[in-house]
Amino acid sequence: MPHALTAAGFMGVDSGVYRRVSPLTYVPADRIAANDSESPDQRRAAWMAAAQAGDRRAYEKVLADSVALIRAAARRQGVAVDHLDDVVQETLITVHRVRHTYDPVRSYDAWLSAIASRRAIDALRSRGRRDSREVHDEFALDRHADVDDASAATESEQRAQRLHAAIAELPPGQREAVEQLGLREYSLQEAEKLTGRRTGALKVNLHRALKTLRERFHGEP
Amino acid sequence: MTAPRHHQALIDRLGTELIPVRRLLPPWLRAAGWLLAVVAIACVLLMHYGAGGMLRRWADTPDMAWAFLGAAATAISAAWVAFSLGVPGRRASWAWLPVPAALLWIGASGFGCLRGWVGPGTQVASLHQSADCLVFIISFSIPLSALLIVLLRRAFPLRPTLAAVMIGLASAAASATLLEICHAYAVAATDLLTHALAVAVVVGVNAAMGGRLLSRA
Repeated sequence: MPHALTAAGFMGVDSGVYRRVSPLTYVPADRIAANDSESPDQRRAAWMAAAQAGDRRAYEKVLADSVALIRAAARRQGVAVDHLDDVVQETLITVHRVRHTYDPVRSYDAWLSAIASRRAIDALRSRGRRDSREVHDEFALDRHADVDDASAATESEQRAQRLHAAIAELPPGQREAVEQLGLREYSLQEAEKLTGRRTGALKVNLHRALKTLRERFHGEP
Repeated sequence: MTAPRHHQALIDRLGTELIPVRRLLPPWLRAAGWLLAVVAIACVLLMHYGAGGMLRRWADTPDMAWAFLGAAATAISAAWVAFSLGVPGRRASWAWLPVPAALLWIGASGFGCLRGWVGPGTQVASLHQSADCLVFIISFSIPLSALLIVLLRRAFPLRPTLAAVMIGLASAAASATLLEICHAYAVAATDLLTHALAVAVVVGVNAAMGGRLLSRA
């Protein structure tokens, strides 16, 4: 089934839409902010309804307004503060993909919180899987001599700086592929959405970037 | 309200990709569309077999009529719940809705098991006939489940496995309802077991596969 219609086609179905004050009354999107008597949830619902019709300003407003709600939902699920931003980004991308499932008659906050909670649980699961693959030996860590720690840390920092400098010198396409797929660990589909590049191009760029970096650091072709 | 810089960059990008979208129809309307397909099949079966035999069986053994009503109500409620679960923010506890109807369906069918003792003259299903029921329920459930999955692909079930269980229950119950039209004999223990097996197979396969088919994660 097609997800999108032309603006004209959509307007034909929901003429004049944009905000449901009562079941039978609609107010244009521009006037949404003027009414102070409504709750923030109603305001966001009206913005999202306008966004479904293609109103970019309302869309950016509702997404910006959603960040705090997503963070709160993720916190409730037990996501650590360090990882909240990841959940926010994942949720915003999901909201963009499934915005047609929102029904303006219902609460926007409940709809968003359900998606954010799901994404928070996904993040916790994926972190749990990653942690279970890593070896934890606190006893060995405690007993390990600290003599080389300072120099090792400096060396590691210098290596990271060299790597970042090398990535910064890559051509834009390759740099973007490394940043999105390698450093931020986005999936190909997410990276495609974020960069606007096709997955095939991203894969090729990542491959070329890794080859360049390998040559630079190890002299390997 | 302005989001932090790194989120704002993503919001700007998503804003540039914004195009108008067609809203998902309400769950009851999509459930009604699917039920219309079931009714169409029922009409074809009624034209072929006629309603006389079914009505006679119901007059002789009213528990079969109750089982029919229970199965039909299970199909309707499970279909509605499956579509509701495809909308984020709807309560998962709605999944309990088909339970009373399913209990009526199972209870009334189970009552039929006593028929061998209560009414020894009644024609009950043989093992071979029961196997036909299994084939009927499964073969009707496959296209009905497929239709539900297609109708749900545009939705976003946050609990895909639970939604898939509801799809399996709805299609198995709808198939059992359709079977009642051409069921030539009363329910015996073997028949009930076959029905239960068929429903379990349909629900189980949906739960195992539907979760993946419906998941948009």
